[in-house]
Amino acid sequence: MSGLGISHLDVWFGSGHDRVDAVKDVSFRVDSGASFGLVGESGSGKSTILRALTGLVPNWSGEMIVAGEKLARKRTAQFYKKVQMVFQDPYASLHPRHTVDQVLSETLYLHGFDAIDQRIVKLLDDVGLGPSFRFRYPHQLSGGQRQRVAIARALAPEPEILLLDEPTSALDVSVQAEILNLLVDLRMARKLTYVMVSHDLAVVGHMCERIAVMQLGEIVEIMSVADMRAMKTSHPYTKHLLESSLGYKRVENIA
Amino acid sequence: MLEQQDKLLDVQNLWVKFPTRNGVFDAVRGISFSLGKERLGIVGESGSGKSMTGRAILRLIRKPGIVTADRIMLHDKDLMAMSEREMRKVRGQRISMIMQDPKFSLNPVMPVGEQIMEAYAAHATASKADVKRKALDMLEAVSIRDPERVFRAYPHEMSGGMGQRIMIAMMLIPDPEILIADEPTSALDVSVQTQVLSIMDRLVQERGMGLIFISHDLNLVSSFCDRVLIMYAGRIVETCRADKLHEARHPYTRGLLNSLPRLTEPKERLDVLKRDPAWREAQSVSGAS
Repeated sequence: MSGLGISHLDVWFGSGHDRVDAVKDVSFRVDSGASFGLVGESGSGKSTILRALTGLVPNWSGEMIVAGEKLARKRTAQFYKKVQMVFQDPYASLHPRHTVDQVLSETLYLHGFDAIDQRIVKLLDDVGLGPSFRFRYPHQLSGGQRQRVAIARALAPEPEILLLDEPTSALDVSVQAEILNLLVDLRMARKLTYVMVSHDLAVVGHMCERIAVMQLGEIVEIMSVADMRAMKTSHPYTKHLLESSLGYKRVENIA
Repeated sequence: MLEQQDKLLDVQNLWVKFPTRNGVFDAVRGISFSLGKERLGIVGESGSGKSMTGRAILRLIRKPGIVTADRIMLHDKDLMAMSEREMRKVRGQRISMIMQDPKFSLNPVMPVGEQIMEAYAAHATASKADVKRKALDMLEAVSIRDPERVFRAYPHEMSGGMGQRIMIAMMLIPDPEILIADEPTSALDVSVQTQVLSIMDRLVQERGMGLIFISHDLNLVSSFCDRVLIMYAGRIVETCRADKLHEARHPYTRGLLNSLPRLTEPKERLDVLKRDPAWREAQSVSGAS
């Protein structure tokens, strides 16, 4: 059984007086092949959950089961073959002095793949970049092309689960549409499970089937996309978020 | 057409050029527009020249960048003809600008209050006590609950939303006629964004300022502004009333609108913008009100 489940996850930083509880008692499950969204404001702990999953936070308690494997303190190489992450800023997440070829071949080599050459060609093709991009450096690519390379890198170990941390928030709307379409296609073709973090409700609504709304480290509500579109919510915070995302409402004319 | 006295700013044939190794790059290519007492939105993708337009008005483009224009009239004065010394009197006092990220535009080693006082004292002659009172009033005007505490605080103690409100306070304290806001809310969360916008909205209405609102967020601009200029490759391709933005006709604007995912109208695939080389070449549309 793949998919993932989190129960009673707490994440904190610092200790004593300085202790900050970034994630408080969060539980959810994502079925295999599903797409789950996490929304909330900055500081609500949505990215921290992804970082806890990938083992990038030092202090956590609770239980996380990913693709049938109960996570321990240290992640195994096997884990990173199943779970990969795409980061927010394509300008910061690629090594500036490595070519696309180096980025992908290193990942493939570390995961013990053979036929690296053919795989790179295939990966670039899968994310809609031609072979001409193979020996370019990140500064020779646009933001959208860089994010495609980051997606290719995440796909290299043939993962089952992709963690997406605001994958389009640094991109223009026209480029955002291309990347979102690509992610939808890849999910269909490879039967991937997505956990996506975003502050943009429309993006999450487009990509995901179920959505968790977070505030101050807690999940206040888990709802289906249909309920979100219909503004069917019981929680005042969710309502507030939905209303703000629909655009600005004029204050009454004073003059 | 607006009457001459209602027109705060009139820009004719503005170019911004950057010489590079491969020839001259034109960031803004001959645009003309005017601003009255209204909220004028400028939208476009990154690289369309919208921020450069805002900076060029204040003549903030650094060398080797070149700004040329037939005229940039602030009422009856041409900004292009002013000396650097005269320009300093315009910046902040008559036209001021809010930048995108408060983290990079506030001085990190100076308390917030002193920065606001400095902004005021640079343009007005008043006693220190008066300046301080004015600064505190201004902080209150931008909905900061505890102005006395914020006055003594340093920028790193502030959240992003607070920082942006402090920037607004600082920019508005000399009571400018025109405010240029370059993506003022892009770094903020949606709920804080609404707060910051309503503060700007209120101040524009109360003080009768002209606002140039630069943004890449079409939804936001169409709900916040009165009039919109859509820029592509350094030119204005279309201009329309903000509330009629969804009826825009230019294929570029249509493409941008269709590529947005919408909460209320789900669809399987998003439309991808297909760029037509002819858009680059088409003459700029006049953005005169």
